[in-house]
Amino acid sequence: MSTPAPEDRKDSMVESAAGESEATAAAKRGPSVATRERRQGSINPSGETPYLVVEDLAVQFPTADGLVSAVNGLSYSVPLGRTLAIVGESGSGKSVSSMAVMGLHDRKRTRITGSIRLGGDEIVGLPENELMKIRGDAVAMVFQDPQSSLHPLYTVGNQITEAYRVHHKVSKDVAKKRALEMLDLVGIPNPQRRFSQYPHEFSGGMRQRAMIAMGLVNDPKLVIADEPTTALDVTVQAQILDLLNNLQKEFGSAIVLITHDLGVVAEMADDVLVMYAGRCVEYGTAEDVLANPRMPYTWGLLESIPTVSAANERLRPIKGLPPSLLNLPDGCSFNPRCPYKDRVKGERCTTELPELLPVDGAGAHTARCHLHDKATIYAAEVAPRLS
Amino acid sequence: MLYFVARRMVSALSVVLVTLIATFALFFVAPTDPAGAICGERNCTQQRYNEIKANLHLDRPKVQQFAEYTAGIFTGRDFTTSGVTQHCAAPCLGFSFKNDRPVTEMLKSRLPVTVSLVAGYAVLVLTIGVFVGSMAAKRRGTLGDRGLMTSTLVVSSVPYYIVALMVALYLTILYPILPRGEWHPPSENIGKWFAGLLTPWLVLGIYSCTSYARYSRGSMVETLSEDYIRTARAKGLSDRVVTYKHALRSGLIPVITIFGLDVATSLGGAIFTEKIFGLPGLGVLVLDSLNSYDLPVIMGTVLVASVILVAMNFLVDISYSLIDPRVRLT
Repeated sequence: MSTPAPEDRKDSMVESAAGESEATAAAKRGPSVATRERRQGSINPSGETPYLVVEDLAVQFPTADGLVSAVNGLSYSVPLGRTLAIVGESGSGKSVSSMAVMGLHDRKRTRITGSIRLGGDEIVGLPENELMKIRGDAVAMVFQDPQSSLHPLYTVGNQITEAYRVHHKVSKDVAKKRALEMLDLVGIPNPQRRFSQYPHEFSGGMRQRAMIAMGLVNDPKLVIADEPTTALDVTVQAQILDLLNNLQKEFGSAIVLITHDLGVVAEMADDVLVMYAGRCVEYGTAEDVLANPRMPYTWGLLESIPTVSAANERLRPIKGLPPSLLNLPDGCSFNPRCPYKDRVKGERCTTELPELLPVDGAGAHTARCHLHDKATIYAAEVAPRLS
Repeated sequence: MLYFVARRMVSALSVVLVTLIATFALFFVAPTDPAGAICGERNCTQQRYNEIKANLHLDRPKVQQFAEYTAGIFTGRDFTTSGVTQHCAAPCLGFSFKNDRPVTEMLKSRLPVTVSLVAGYAVLVLTIGVFVGSMAAKRRGTLGDRGLMTSTLVVSSVPYYIVALMVALYLTILYPILPRGEWHPPSENIGKWFAGLLTPWLVLGIYSCTSYARYSRGSMVETLSEDYIRTARAKGLSDRVVTYKHALRSGLIPVITIFGLDVATSLGGAIFTEKIFGLPGLGVLVLDSLNSYDLPVIMGTVLVASVILVAMNFLVDISYSLIDPRVRLT
């Protein structure tokens, strides 16, 4: 679980070279989707050796109505010290995929296939008692709503020391010292007093700080932050994001940030992965995805951000609703809502699932769209609306 | 906290006062005939009837009777019948002429039986009942869960007195696997006390465990889906710690409410258990008094039961605040 061996790095280079050469071939009729995506997974847009590698991950829930495919063929990777933002609407599979990374899904009701590797070690299929050792230690999670995510009946100090003592055999006093240190580190004033207070005695922002202190108490290599600022005031949001940024610099951990707020993405992310209906539809560095998006769904997300300068205009939502995961549309999952599908010749959008391909024929920025002239359409039609 | 206790005391006292008035009205103002009841049916001459009435002050205005009764609770009072004066020491809840004893004394001799019975019952439902419920909740939807819940449903759909009678008949008399129910004061012989109560405890406890298993399962299923349970699991805590430390503490809160009322009701007399297992508790006392129309005893028991109920509610509120720091006792 320590730093990945140098071979891993070499491997990913080889694979990325292979990926590039195949990219041209794929333009005609590429290899199967699964193979392509497996290759994509180990390439990080930064080219660095990743700590977390997710490859061809699928999460399915068998229900009475049929099999719900919450996540399909998802591949991504995050190196230490880097932040990946996973963006998408509710139900796009962004939380479900990270729950799988934590091994927090209900084992009896979830089917997980594919590969999730932490520092080279496979965790898909690990038994519960092995996963328990990883949870909270190598991987920690910061949850969305600190009000409901902290136990209301235990003091904040109690909850943090408990998290530390699960993974460290130390006395209560040592754990308390560590907890006080963490409370101080996340900027909670007067840690000594706060230690013995209950969550309901904390403000929203302070509670999320406590949550972060609890998550980071074991110095995890990977932090999954599931909409960490959604339940907070706008002013407090910025503070929490700053805190996460600073802590990442200090601890050097990898962060997976799940959000639907593109403002948060712009502030935090190094890489961005856009999810729609359980699939990755665009993946690349934050710069690429935010400045040169190449997928109509990403355009729609960007266009739906309210701006102060356009305060008098109506918001431009993406029309329609996300599809039911029980019954995905044929072809591109986004096609029923896509305003650009008429520009694709024939019926490809409604019959053929687009592959996740490099947007400029090669490189790490990939998108899943049949449109040929994505760059031109974006520059001519979408970009002017965004400014 | 102090303010809370004081406030609750006031409301508790008013509840007891209302009960006092209501029971008094029920037995002495309603068209009942206490003197006739004491006098009996056979040798009751008009003269004797009037004498009893005068001795018991039943010929005085109702309000005065009530005042005397209430004053007796605090100071004690004397009863004179047929020239013999009986002293009834405070707290005097009346005098049973049928038994020729003060009601308080009778209750005092019966209360330990019922308290012993209910204490064992409380231990069983809070341990086995809650544990079975939590286990079922943890394994929700599995065969084990369904099996447990079906069996609790089956057990609790047979009337309690039938279960108790069957156990008493088959397991203590025909095939004496379990000791027979008997009452021995614990001060005399603690072993005999335990043996005599074992069967009633098991029958009452296990029968009630079925409903407690259902309450706690429901409450735990809800708690286990809380966000903070997910957080606890994300910390790397084992399933056992998550269920029995994090979830159970919250899951217990609704169970305690039911438990408090349940214990209070049983303390007022677990009639079936006492009768079937031959335990001389409050329930049997009430039953006998009803049969013999011994009004002062019935009234005294009702009053004591209401005080117990109010006290248990008070204890439940206190235990809320101990479990949940968000509950401020004000």
